[in-house]
Amino acid sequence: MSPSDASNGTLSGTYPRDHDRHPSAYTPKYKSTIARSPKHKLIRIDNASEGATGPLFNHEDLAAGDWDLLSNFAAPGESPIGPRIFIHGRVLDENARPVPNALVEIWQANAGGRYRHKVDSYLAPIDPNFGGCGRTLTDEAGRYRFRTVQPGAYPWPNGPNTWRPAHIHFSVFGYSFSQRLITQCYFEGDPFISRCAIVQTIPLPQAIDGLTAKLDMEETVPHDTVAYRFDIILRGRDATYCNNQPEGR
Amino acid sequence: MANPQRPLPETASQTAGPYVHIGLSPRAAGFEIYEVEPGQDIAGPNAKGTPVEVTGIVWDGNGDPVRDVLLEVWQPNTHGAFAHTDDVEPGFRGWGRVICDFDTGEWSFKTIKPGSVARADGGTDAPALALWIVARGINIGLQTRMYFPDETETNAVDPAMGHVPEDRRGTLIAQRTEDTDPTRLSYRFDIRLQGDGETVFFDI
Ligand SMILES: [Fe+2]
Repeated sequence: MSPSDASNGTLSGTYPRDHDRHPSAYTPKYKSTIARSPKHKLIRIDNASEGATGPLFNHEDLAAGDWDLLSNFAAPGESPIGPRIFIHGRVLDENARPVPNALVEIWQANAGGRYRHKVDSYLAPIDPNFGGCGRTLTDEAGRYRFRTVQPGAYPWPNGPNTWRPAHIHFSVFGYSFSQRLITQCYFEGDPFISRCAIVQTIPLPQAIDGLTAKLDMEETVPHDTVAYRFDIILRGRDATYCNNQPEGR
Repeated sequence: MANPQRPLPETASQTAGPYVHIGLSPRAAGFEIYEVEPGQDIAGPNAKGTPVEVTGIVWDGNGDPVRDVLLEVWQPNTHGAFAHTDDVEPGFRGWGRVICDFDTGEWSFKTIKPGSVARADGGTDAPALALWIVARGINIGLQTRMYFPDETETNAVDPAMGHVPEDRRGTLIAQRTEDTDPTRLSYRFDIRLQGDGETVFFDI
């Protein structure tokens, strides 16, 4: 969708969020939610002005190499340690339309499961050539791509022996503030997925599957880099407000 | 689950976790990687209107500050225009990222007071800052609004306020505090995730 889809100065809102696809606020097996979950229900506001508008990003907001975590922090001629991967896919909306110019930002642990963050003290070492973040804008077809190392699993203090599956955190902006989404992408076949209290906050197995990146041999570069595919779906804009793209194809 | 109107379901949310700063504000995480970290200047250098500063803490249900919170602000300019399809002052984006002090949980940001927004249905939205809140233990980003205490009349007819039970409306209204800077109005806006005085969160 592009700005011109707003008709007569009336900006289209998004469909109400389908909360069945998302975790509840209170999911006590993930202990941090116990004191951080509101007890009152969310109050629905139709046609909220912030739900039909949002910040727009362009190529001046980022640098051309930000998408490549193998090189965006490494010393010249060096590279982070770990399996080389592409993580790529498309950002679409619930109407199956591409979302171009979506700002996609990622962050992750290094191959040993250690984050470059003031407050992470896991004993696995920092990788001097790995920052652990990247960002990009989707193209006209909603496509994005990052090159990075596959992150390692790491322990977390939810229980006596609890480990996060390997994951990459994703932050996505669509066209409006109501499409704002933060999520995490896992890797198919990881035995920690079914054991993780954060993953299991999601009630529907299909929705968990939607967060699981699939090995993509087509995009894998022989002798070089393994590709994984992860598509992201943002809330759809309610087409009843659009002037030129009726639903019901 | 396929909805004929919506062939694809929205991707499920997951918590931003405690290391969100690495991705969204790496300097706060403790390292330098991007020349420009977006969202540091909400209103830009040419914004018209009343400069304001907002300070607050996000509190959890135990009364402890949420020390790993990240907020995003989204607002129109002083004329109620969003930097989206409307014309605004050059450099005005109306969007910002706010990081708290990791020891105290206190955050603050500077911007200009937003204007009222004329709605397509003829109504008026009172001046408000839309806030989106993520942290460890928050499974899906929380949306709320900060309204201004000196807008009693506009707040009273604000359509969103109209959906909020009267005894909870106060949780959305900032308090005026002593100005630390003579060129700016200071406000305090504490957000309570749970318990007494739980802030109203919206589904937008
Ligand atoms: Fe993580």
